[in-house]
Amino acid sequence: MNTPSQASPAPERGGRPQPLLVVRDLKKHFPVRDSGFGGPRKFVHAVDGVNFSVPKGKTLGIVGESGCGKSTTARLVARLMPADAGSLIFDGEGVAEFRGLHLKEFRRKLQMVFQDSFASLNPRLTIAETVAYGPRVHGTPAAKAMQQARELLDRVGLDAANFANRYPHELSGGQRQRVNIARALAYDPQLVILDEAVAALDKSVQAQVLNLLQELKAERGLTYLFISHDLHVVHYLSDYVMVMYLGQVIETGPVERIYGHTAHPYTRALLSAVPSMDPARRTEASPLAGDPPNPINPPSGCRFRDRCPRAHAVCADRAPELAAIHGAPEHFAACHLNDTASGHPDAGQEFSA
Amino acid sequence: MSATLPLPSPVAVSAAQPSRSYWAVVWRQLRRDPMALAAGGVLLLIIAAAVFAPWLAPADPYKASMIKRLLPIGSSGFLLGTDELGRDLLTRLMYGGRLSLLMGVVPVLAAFGIGTAIGLFAGYVGGKVNMVIMRVLDVFYAFPSVLLAVAISGALGPGLSNSLIALTLVFVPQVVRVAESVTIQVRQLDYIEAARMSGASAFSIIRVHVLGNVLGPVFVYATGLLSVSMILASGLSFLGLGVKPPEPEWGLMLNTLRSAIYSNPWVAALPGLLIFVTSIAFNLLADSVRSAMDIRR
Amino acid sequence: MFAYILKRLIYAIPIALSVTVVSFILVYLAPGDPLSAIAPADAPEEVIIALRSAYGLDQPVPVQYGLWLMRAVQGDLGLSIATGREVTSEVMRAVGNTLLLAGFAALIGVIAGCLFGALAGYRHGSWIDRIATALSVIGVSIPHYWLGLVLTILFSIWRPWFPAMGAGPGGSSEWLWDLEHFRYLVLPAVTLSVIPMGIITRTVRALVADMLGQEFVSALRARGLSGVAVFRHVAKNTAPTVLAVAGLQIGYLMGGSILVETVFAWPGTGFLLNTAIFQRDIPLLQGTILVLCMFFVVLNLLVDILQPMIDPRMGRA
Repeated sequence: MNTPSQASPAPERGGRPQPLLVVRDLKKHFPVRDSGFGGPRKFVHAVDGVNFSVPKGKTLGIVGESGCGKSTTARLVARLMPADAGSLIFDGEGVAEFRGLHLKEFRRKLQMVFQDSFASLNPRLTIAETVAYGPRVHGTPAAKAMQQARELLDRVGLDAANFANRYPHELSGGQRQRVNIARALAYDPQLVILDEAVAALDKSVQAQVLNLLQELKAERGLTYLFISHDLHVVHYLSDYVMVMYLGQVIETGPVERIYGHTAHPYTRALLSAVPSMDPARRTEASPLAGDPPNPINPPSGCRFRDRCPRAHAVCADRAPELAAIHGAPEHFAACHLNDTASGHPDAGQEFSA
Repeated sequence: MSATLPLPSPVAVSAAQPSRSYWAVVWRQLRRDPMALAAGGVLLLIIAAAVFAPWLAPADPYKASMIKRLLPIGSSGFLLGTDELGRDLLTRLMYGGRLSLLMGVVPVLAAFGIGTAIGLFAGYVGGKVNMVIMRVLDVFYAFPSVLLAVAISGALGPGLSNSLIALTLVFVPQVVRVAESVTIQVRQLDYIEAARMSGASAFSIIRVHVLGNVLGPVFVYATGLLSVSMILASGLSFLGLGVKPPEPEWGLMLNTLRSAIYSNPWVAALPGLLIFVTSIAFNLLADSVRSAMDIRR
Repeated sequence: MFAYILKRLIYAIPIALSVTVVSFILVYLAPGDPLSAIAPADAPEEVIIALRSAYGLDQPVPVQYGLWLMRAVQGDLGLSIATGREVTSEVMRAVGNTLLLAGFAALIGVIAGCLFGALAGYRHGSWIDRIATALSVIGVSIPHYWLGLVLTILFSIWRPWFPAMGAGPGGSSEWLWDLEHFRYLVLPAVTLSVIPMGIITRTVRALVADMLGQEFVSALRARGLSGVAVFRHVAKNTAPTVLAVAGLQIGYLMGGSILVETVFAWPGTGFLLNTAIFQRDIPLLQGTILVLCMFFVVLNLLVDILQPMIDPRMGRA
C-alpha cells in the first residue's frame, strides 16, 4: 500500500491495485489560545507531514493513542476542515482544487461513519429521513430516496417496516451505528472513513457490526479508511496498517508484517499493551510509560525518544526518516534501529524477537 | 449474512408501539403534567375572557358615571365594583386582558423570531462575524432589563407600539445569546459533520439539521420570558409609558386606581392580581415545558 | 490572578464606553425637539437659536457626544433643563437613596433566600421544600409594584404601622440613620426584596440539594463529621455562586427599583428617571441612565473579580 515520498523501488508483483486515495505531505496546525498578553503564537502540529495511499477495495487501519492526529487526518481527508498543506488525490484526481459542484460530487464518493452513534444522528429526524437526506441533496426525488433508504436499512439488518419511522433515541447503540452505515452507503460511495466507528459498542455488538462492514465491503467493492485505537479490531478488519505518533506516521505496512514483525519500538509497545487473546503470548514487556509529550513543543529528533526504552544520543540529534524495511517491500518505519548507518549502537540487530 | 445475525434486543422498540416525534412526546408529557394543565387552564380562561369580552362582558368598558364611582366589590349590577370614573370593573378587567396579554406576548414572539434568526446566523457562521455580533449585544447586557425597557420607551415616548418596540429590544439580546450558544453546541455535533459530508448547502443544513435542534432550548427560554414580559409590559403602563387612558389595560388600571387605595383598597388591587395570576401561570407553564422538553435532547 | 483582574478591567472598558454611547443615542430616538420642553411654542427664532447653541445642540451629533463624554468623565453631566440644577448632584443624591433601598432589599432577599433555599435543599421533597419552592415561584412571578400596593394597603392603611410614602418625615429626602427614617424604608425594601429572594432561594436550593447528593458529603458523614461540619462545607462551596447571584441582583435592583420607587414615592433614581421622562428633561435622563449603568458595569466587574477569589475550586487550580 504505502509509498512514502521517496518512492520505493519495490517490485509490484502480480500488479498492485491502483490507489483510490493518495495523500501527500498533509499538514494541519492549530493555533493555541495563549493565556497571557503578547508572546509568540504557538501551534499544535496535529498532523505534521503525513503520506499514505489506500488501494482500491482494501482497508487501511490507522492506529495510535488519542491525540496522535488520526482523527484530524480523517477530517482533513474528508475535507471537513481545510488542510494547511499537502495534496489529496482521489481516484486519480486532485481534490484540493475541488469547488462547488465538484466538491459536492467528491463528497458523495467519500463518506464517513463517526464514533458517537447518537451525536451523529439528528434527533429530530426519523432514521429513514436521515438515510434519505443525502440522496435528496443530490437530486433524488423524495419518494425514491425514501424507498432506497428503506432498502438500505433492510440491508444493514434493520427491518425497515419496524425501524424506518423510529427516532434515534429509540434505538440501541449498535442499531444506530447500522443507521450511520446505511446513511454512508446511501451515497453509493467509493471510500468510507470509519472514525472509531465501533469503539463505543459492546464487544458482541462490535463483532456484528464488523462482520456487516466486511460483507458490505466485498459486496460493493468499498475501500475503507479505518481509524481505531483498538488493535484487535484493526487486525481483524485491515489489509494495511499505519501507526501514528504525535502527528506523524512512524510505521506502516501490510497488517501481518506490522503484527508479526514490528519495526518500531512504539508499535511494539502498543502491541504489548494489548492483552493477548492467547495466554501463551502474553508478554511481561513494559507497556508505554507516561503520556505522549506536549505536541506544542515536541522533543527534538525522534518524537518518541522520551518514552522509548531503546533511545540513544542519536535519537535526540536527528529525526529518523520513514524508510523501507530491508526485505519487506511494503513495510516502512521511522526508527534509527533499522538503519545500520544511523549511528545507533543497536542498529541492524534483529528487531522483532 | 447480516440477516442471520441476532439483533441486539431493542431498547424501546416494539411493532405495536408507534413512534413519536420529539414534539409529539413533549406534547404528551405536558398533557400528563397536572401543573401544566392547571396553569394552561387558567391561562385559557383569561385568554377566553379577553377574546370574548365583547360578548361576555356585562357593560361598556368606556361608559363612565360620576355617581357610581368606586363602588365596592359585590355592588348590585357591578360584580367587582366600579373604578374611579364609575366604569364597571369586571368589564374593564376582561377588556384589559386584551392589551395586557398582547403587550406581554407580542414582544416575546418578536424576540423569539428575531433572536433565533440572529443567533443561528452568528452561531453557525462563527468566527469574527459571531464575535462582533455578540460583543455588540454584550452592551445591552450592561443595562438591567427594567431600566433598559423604561429608558427606551421613555426616549421613544409613551404609547403601545413604542412599548412593544422597547420590550422586544430588551429580549432580543437574551434570545440571541441562548440561540447562539445552542447553535454552537449543535454545530459541533457529528450529525452536522455528516450533513456537510453530503455536500448540502449551508442553508439546507441549517434548515433541516440545525434549526430543529436549536428551536427547543430557545423555545423553553422564550416561554420563561413570558412572565417577565407580562410584568414589564404592565409595569410600563403603570408608569404611564404604555397604553394611554382611557384604554383598559391592567397596568394602567392599577395606576389610575391608586388614588382609591384609601377608600376602596381591594378594588384598587384587583388589576394587579390579574397580572400576578397571569404571570405565575406563565411561569408554571414554562417550568412544565422545560421539564417536558428535557427528554433525551 | 493579577493578569486575570487586568484582563477583566480591560474588557470592561469597551463595555463602559458603549454604555455611554447608548445612553447618549437613546435620547436621539426621542421624537421632537428637546428644546420644546423649555422654549415656549411661540418663541422667536433668535431665542431658539441662542438656546440651541447654549445647550450645544447646534453641533454635529458625534461632536456633541464627544463634548458630553469629556464633561461626563470630569463629573459634569450638565444642567437639568427642568430645574436648572446640576444633574450630577441631583443624580448622586438619588443614587444614594436607591443604593440604600437596593442594598437593604438585597440583604433581606439574600438572608431569606439562603434560609429558605438551604432548608428546602436540605429537606428535599418535604413540605418545607414545597413551600419554599412555591415562595420562590411567587417571588419571581409577582409584579412587585402591585405587591407594594398590597403591602401599603395591609401595613399602612389597614394596620398603620409603616408610612406609605417618602423617605422621611415631612417629605424630607435627606436620609438619617434613625428609627423614624428606618420605618420609611421597611415597606419599599421588603417589596423590592421578593425578586432576589425568589432567585436566591432557587439557586441555593438547587446547590444544596446537589451538594448533599454528592459523594464527598456522604464521605464526610461516613467519617463521622457532625452536621455543623457538613454545613460549613456546604456553605463554603455554595458561597461563591450565591455571592455572584446576589451581586448581580443588586445591579438589577438598582435598575428595577424604578417601579417600586414610584409606588412609594421614594426619592431615588427611579423617581428621578420618571420625572426626567415626563418633563422630557434630556440631560437629567442621560445622566441618570449613565450613572445607573456605570454602577451596573462596576458591579458586574466586582462580581467577576471577587467570585474566583473566594471559590475554593479556583484556589486549588
